[in-house]
Amino acid sequence: MPESTATSVGVPGDTRLEKLSVSKNRHWFSKLPVVRQLGIAVGWQKGMLIVGLVLTCFFLLVAIFAPVIAPYGYAQMKYDDGTGFPTQAPPSAEHIWGTTVGGYDVFSRTVWGARTAVIAIIVAVVLSIFLGVLLGLVSGYFGGWVDRVLVVIADAIYSFPSLLLAILMAIVISGGQSSMWGGILASGISITVVYIPQYFRTIRAEVVRIKGSAFVESSKVVGASTWRIMTRHLLRNSTRTLPVILTLNSSEAILTLAGLGFLGFGIEPTKAAEWGYDLNRSVADVTAGIWWTAVFPGLAIVLIVLGITLVGESLNDLADPRLRTRKSAGEVIGSIEDTSVDPNAKPDAANQVLAELDAMDGRDAAGDSTTVGDAGKEA
Amino acid sequence: MAGTHSAKDNDLAEKAVKDDALTPPTGDDLAVVDDLSVSFVTDAGPIKAVDGVHFTIPRRSVVGVVGESGSGKSVTARSIIKLLPETATTSGAVWLRSRDGKGAVDVLRLSGDDLRRVRGGEAAMVFQEPNSVLNPVYTIGWQIEEGLLAHGMKDRKERRAKAIEILEKVGIPDAATRVDYYPHQFSGGQKQRIVIAMALVLNPGLILADEPTTALDVTVQAEILDLLRLARDEFGASVLIITHNMGVIADIADQVVVMYRGHVVEQGDVEQIFYHPQHDYTRRLLAAVPRIGQKLVVRDREGRPVERKVDWRTQPVAVEAKGLTITYPGRLMQPDFTAVDGIDFTIHRSEVLGLVGESGSGKSTTGRAIAGLQKVSGGSLKVLGVEMNGVKERAFKPKRAEIGFVFQDPGSSFDPLMTIAENVAEPLIVHGKYSSVADAKDYVGDLLEMVQLPRAYMNRFPHELSGGQRQRASLARGLALKPSLLIADEPTSALDVSVQAKVLELFKQLQAEIGFACLFITHDLAVVDMLADRIMVMHQGRIVEHGDADQIMQHPAEPYTRKLLASLPVPDPREQREHRAQLHELLAAEQA
Amino acid sequence: MSSPTAAAAPAKPAKRVKRNRLSGGFFRFVLTRFLLIIPTVFILVTVVFFVMRATGDPISAALGGRLAPDELQRRIHAAGYDRPIIVQYIDYLGGLLHGDLGTTMTDNQPVVSILTRYGAATLELAILALIIALLVGIPLGRLAAHHRDHASDAGIRIFAILCYATPVFFLGLLLKLVFAVWMNVLPSSGRASLSSEMQFTRLVSPTGLYIVDALQLGDMSVLADVLRHAVLPALALGLLTAGVFIRLVRTNVIATYNSGYVEAARSRGVGEGRLLGKHAWKPALIPIITVMGMQIALMLAGAVLTETTFEWKGLGFMLSTYLKARDFVAVQGIVILIAIIVAVVNFIVDVIAAIIDPRVRY
Repeated sequence: MPESTATSVGVPGDTRLEKLSVSKNRHWFSKLPVVRQLGIAVGWQKGMLIVGLVLTCFFLLVAIFAPVIAPYGYAQMKYDDGTGFPTQAPPSAEHIWGTTVGGYDVFSRTVWGARTAVIAIIVAVVLSIFLGVLLGLVSGYFGGWVDRVLVVIADAIYSFPSLLLAILMAIVISGGQSSMWGGILASGISITVVYIPQYFRTIRAEVVRIKGSAFVESSKVVGASTWRIMTRHLLRNSTRTLPVILTLNSSEAILTLAGLGFLGFGIEPTKAAEWGYDLNRSVADVTAGIWWTAVFPGLAIVLIVLGITLVGESLNDLADPRLRTRKSAGEVIGSIEDTSVDPNAKPDAANQVLAELDAMDGRDAAGDSTTVGDAGKEA
Repeated sequence: MAGTHSAKDNDLAEKAVKDDALTPPTGDDLAVVDDLSVSFVTDAGPIKAVDGVHFTIPRRSVVGVVGESGSGKSVTARSIIKLLPETATTSGAVWLRSRDGKGAVDVLRLSGDDLRRVRGGEAAMVFQEPNSVLNPVYTIGWQIEEGLLAHGMKDRKERRAKAIEILEKVGIPDAATRVDYYPHQFSGGQKQRIVIAMALVLNPGLILADEPTTALDVTVQAEILDLLRLARDEFGASVLIITHNMGVIADIADQVVVMYRGHVVEQGDVEQIFYHPQHDYTRRLLAAVPRIGQKLVVRDREGRPVERKVDWRTQPVAVEAKGLTITYPGRLMQPDFTAVDGIDFTIHRSEVLGLVGESGSGKSTTGRAIAGLQKVSGGSLKVLGVEMNGVKERAFKPKRAEIGFVFQDPGSSFDPLMTIAENVAEPLIVHGKYSSVADAKDYVGDLLEMVQLPRAYMNRFPHELSGGQRQRASLARGLALKPSLLIADEPTSALDVSVQAKVLELFKQLQAEIGFACLFITHDLAVVDMLADRIMVMHQGRIVEHGDADQIMQHPAEPYTRKLLASLPVPDPREQREHRAQLHELLAAEQA
Repeated sequence: MSSPTAAAAPAKPAKRVKRNRLSGGFFRFVLTRFLLIIPTVFILVTVVFFVMRATGDPISAALGGRLAPDELQRRIHAAGYDRPIIVQYIDYLGGLLHGDLGTTMTDNQPVVSILTRYGAATLELAILALIIALLVGIPLGRLAAHHRDHASDAGIRIFAILCYATPVFFLGLLLKLVFAVWMNVLPSSGRASLSSEMQFTRLVSPTGLYIVDALQLGDMSVLADVLRHAVLPALALGLLTAGVFIRLVRTNVIATYNSGYVEAARSRGVGEGRLLGKHAWKPALIPIITVMGMQIALMLAGAVLTETTFEWKGLGFMLSTYLKARDFVAVQGIVILIAIIVAVVNFIVDVIAAIIDPRVRY
């Protein structure tokens, strides 16, 4: 037992934390949601997250630069000199991925399809988050019979096949098929209706958990208004799990959009390119051995969903200490910090500092906004 | 091991030298923890939890490891059966002798089936939370038998007989039937008995008990400690008990190991540690432990005791309850649950009323009702002149400025996304005293200084403060509006004793200076005795006893209060021996 | 719908109650859970009814533009579609209670008879796909949990995500392309060859489940024919579901594998194989079964796409046919039928989960 510790005895837990938080002076961008997780991840988890990010970014870039990348328009069926494209032509120099039975260029339509998919995700996610979060917040906080009715409705819709519901909504909104924006909006809204219950359930569960926590009760004791409690405390604290659900739902949104298109409830081919519709048209081709009309748009769907799902699953794993991988140090090193029991266990009063360390990592929004602001001033 | 080796094999030579350092120690101790270090990898980098720990566990004895959170005591105990997460790295050795005295093994170098045989067979563990260590979907008999099966008992009938036998031994009534029950069909204390039975049935030489009573009420704690004594006396096992409670140590330990920040500060027999502590830290730890009959006296800078300016008995009544009843509505087709069942009490201004009870006694519900967090179902509750039975929030809101509340859990009492200043200033802004947080900055700084926190802490986030600091900040928030009534719901039960002592001192001083009426809710009789003017004991929703603090502590009238007092272990081994005898008499009388 | 992780959290221990009167707990659970079917179906019927009617009456939707306006009006009036919507709604609910879901516009059949004629095909496809999903999903999920963070885990996870990321119709097309067109070893569409279909007409009481019917006939060549037709659709739908099952099993087993009770059993010397196979498996099974029940809904949606891809004449194929014909009475009827099936399946699954969970049973 070394002598030095005899002199360092003091009130535990009072000064060491200062050093801890001061020494953690990281660059602002390393605290941004996805970047921060990239720093935590190790091994396979890191690999999966990186692959997912690369795929997602690739499709985003394709969506943005579709007009530059695609040699032809999505509805183009003729060369500039007025002669028509060949139909069902195999891949060639002019049409690197071939042409369809209707005479569209497969490569161009696949590229333009990325744009449709990305816009539809954004519309679907933005709309369903707003309504889902609002309903979840109100329902979870007030409870009572309104809550019970909303829960039963959400559960009923949640248990229902989402594609069927999306079909019904698509029929109502657009009567079947429509223009690019009309079609995308219709698809987006159809998907929205399907996903509202998911956000509702998640946010409601979080709100119910948080409203029993001491800081919300403390606000009630001092007489804070319901509006203040909901906006200042519940809203910000209950939306931390959203990034994970958001990514996982985005991938489902693409699959639903493609399903709608495949059944013929998507967007008309002359208004926008949509992978599901193209696959629908290629069913007959496949039986005739014409593979290029099906394989390329299909692969596009698989890869974009794969990318987004990899990101979502990685974020989910990293947010859950039970699923998170950690490296072993290999040798006994490190400074002595408060720890009792096991660092993977749920933080409790017995292992405060580790809880603090975890909380420090969980602190995105608050810590970042200030640091990002500072960096902005310097620039 | 230190045999001769050829010079050409340098690696081997080095290894042998290293092995020399790890030869089993001589002597007849059951276990020797030799220069053990453990570190973990966290997101914040590697953390060393245990650093060069050395101590021994004699045969047939109870060794108590005491220390505050972060002392590394749990990690040390888990290292003895190498039950550490994958992210842990260890060095040093843990020598464990088998029960029959055949040779010693270094557990840290075991793996596979060798390690499996040691776990349970030589050293078995009892955990803190019986709820989470019993598998909810298997019967307790099956779970006991799993251990036996893992240690080679193939015969099913024999296993079952053994399971029933051990359940009887640990005091589960009607064991032959209840062996087929599921964990949720037992009470918390019974579950912990079952967990101990699972350890004892394998007949290990060493029982590792990691805070085995922390999650339990004091009356149940006394029973579990008796059971662990039984493990030593009847089963001939040694017990390593990890605890932060000096009373538990005084009650059960033969030997004591004091740990602090990953080091062993002191090891000695229990009398030496309590009566002749060698180390400064041990002395401080002992001084911080609350004891019954020890009134807390706070002194100002000149050393004069801080006293209240007025006699609370002459003050008007702040809270008055008459036949107060609170029920929780039952779920579909289930009866309502009555948490508080027709209680009467008053709190005067400037008075500290201590409310004591075990879990489920209704003490927290009472406090929440006073703060308007819980609807009153029957009777009358007047808070600062407002009748709470059927009160409208609009009518009560102005009174809220006069009420402060300090919550138990320092982890969740602040909004994690708001700074300390924003959190502390919330009551000020809600009641329009200041228009913004920036506006209230100076006053919030004053408040933080009042609770002995640096002003600069206001820009920190809650997780950047330790538990004790957060509880002080919580007190600052509770007092921000200069309330005339403060409700403190177990404000120190999540804190280490040394931190608890400081928070209680601060609390006492502020109460004397400001003179608010206070309802102090706690399960700890020693804590309430330090602070309270009057004490109210609750049990199953009713008030068992109610009177002056000294009266109740010195001459309890009701059997329940007496049992509660007798169950509380005294942090003094000699006194505790008599104290325990008293408890056993009391229980015997109860049986008769 | 396929967020198994949401259900990964282990169930909290039941709240302590003062008076423990749980003797009839299981019966009460089954009863209350059964009663919950009614509002669920009612809500879905209501939503579907009003959503479908938001576009107007079904006669205009199906025949608008093809009939003269006054003829259209006459037919609308005859069918009662000019009455107030609430009256029509109550009328529809009344019919539903008597098992009447209306009559299709295009081929003038009672919707209920579509169920009896095509339900068996969908049931057969769903059962086969479920078997594939369970056979692939459970062992792989457990393997991944066991070898967590090793190469095999990463491989299985990526396989699972690929299964899930591949739209069922695209997988169907790929399988067709490879096995039916390029290798030409399996049929590309339909449920049986024409000769087999002819054989089935000889049966006195056909079940509609072709595998069962083939066994009834006792003709091995017919059975082989039926199975050859079923391989690709069942594989396409089964792998989609298997991807979800792998994730579900893996997450939940990891969660219980890290729980206090598994750690406690490990501290008593129980081996890792048994910890994974017994101690962690049974508690993980409760959320797994519950979420698997929800996946049945996903499978029914997948069946619509699979049946369309492989011209498998089941409920899904008919739904997509009626959708194209804009026969909204039929669509509404089939959708409500599916809603009822989903509600009943979820009820059965919850009861199975409750039987495993002693906290509900006692």
